[in-house]
Amino acid sequence: MCTTCDCGLPAPQRVDVGAALLSRNDALASALRQRFEAAGVRAINLLSSPGSGKTALLEWLGRHWGHHHPMAVIVGDLATDNDARRLQAAGVQAVQITTGQACHLEAAMVADGLHRLQHDGVVLEQLELLVIENVGNLVCPAAYDLGEAQRVVLLSVTEGEDKPLKYPATFHSADVVVISKIDLAEVVGFDVANARRHIERVAPRARIVELSARTGAGMDALLEALALERLPACA
Amino acid sequence: MDNVRELALEQARLHGASRIDGITLRIGALAGVEPEALRFAFEVVMAGSIAATAELHVQAVAAEAFCEPCHLSFAVESGLCECPRCGAISRRLLRGRELELASLELV
Repeated sequence: MCTTCDCGLPAPQRVDVGAALLSRNDALASALRQRFEAAGVRAINLLSSPGSGKTALLEWLGRHWGHHHPMAVIVGDLATDNDARRLQAAGVQAVQITTGQACHLEAAMVADGLHRLQHDGVVLEQLELLVIENVGNLVCPAAYDLGEAQRVVLLSVTEGEDKPLKYPATFHSADVVVISKIDLAEVVGFDVANARRHIERVAPRARIVELSARTGAGMDALLEALALERLPACA
Repeated sequence: MDNVRELALEQARLHGASRIDGITLRIGALAGVEPEALRFAFEVVMAGSIAATAELHVQAVAAEAFCEPCHLSFAVESGLCECPRCGAISRRLLRGRELELASLELV
């Protein structure tokens, strides 16, 4: 009975639950992971702040690698399908998921994106690479497993060396950290060695790749980190 | 936050409760979730349900990693996985990514 007053109502009862909040997403992500593995396609979850160069990186891959290696992209944004159109112009099969209010992608949205890719004639089994370009945000996407084999986090040199220290949860989950726009490092006074030190401290499992989507520098290293076939010698 | 609502209401149904007075979440320091943002959304999401008047409690779980060379665990402050004793970078996080509904107070 209530212990606060004499109201006669039953007292609240404490019930231990201990359930993962994202259990439904995690279950769906596991199913997606199995599907990707069975199809033999490498699935990558690409995360960064807005404007760090996710789409530029994928455009470069589409133009220089995608000719010989089938790839597709599921791209998430709050609004517009600009990114998907940019990728399509670079010869990449891409579908856009506009999330509206949601600042991250969830496994269910990826399943929906896959369905739409299949509608466009993409056969999962024939792909070598499936990139899930997440919503530009370094906070919320970290908590959501999308069934990816690897999580790649981009940091552009214009964002400053200490950005990884400000978003440790996201960087902690990274398998690969890409320092993008490396061709601008000198111009903006970006200290690469310092940035690498910061990344190592918050992203202990990550391989670090310095990359420029303008010159193509570092693309081979990225492909290697993703366990994908390197560029043809003439690229 | 929708996940919290769904899980809490489901548990309340299972226990035949008519009201939820309290919801306790366990959130790891490296879970990627801002407790303040959760608090902000809580009232809006719970409105109109049997948890509309529930209080939100957040149990923060500090991050902890294991240093192989020292064979000891250490507190991961601000996400820095560097052992304070020997300076080695640890790849073994023991705690800190929890994102759970810990308990409910049901009436």
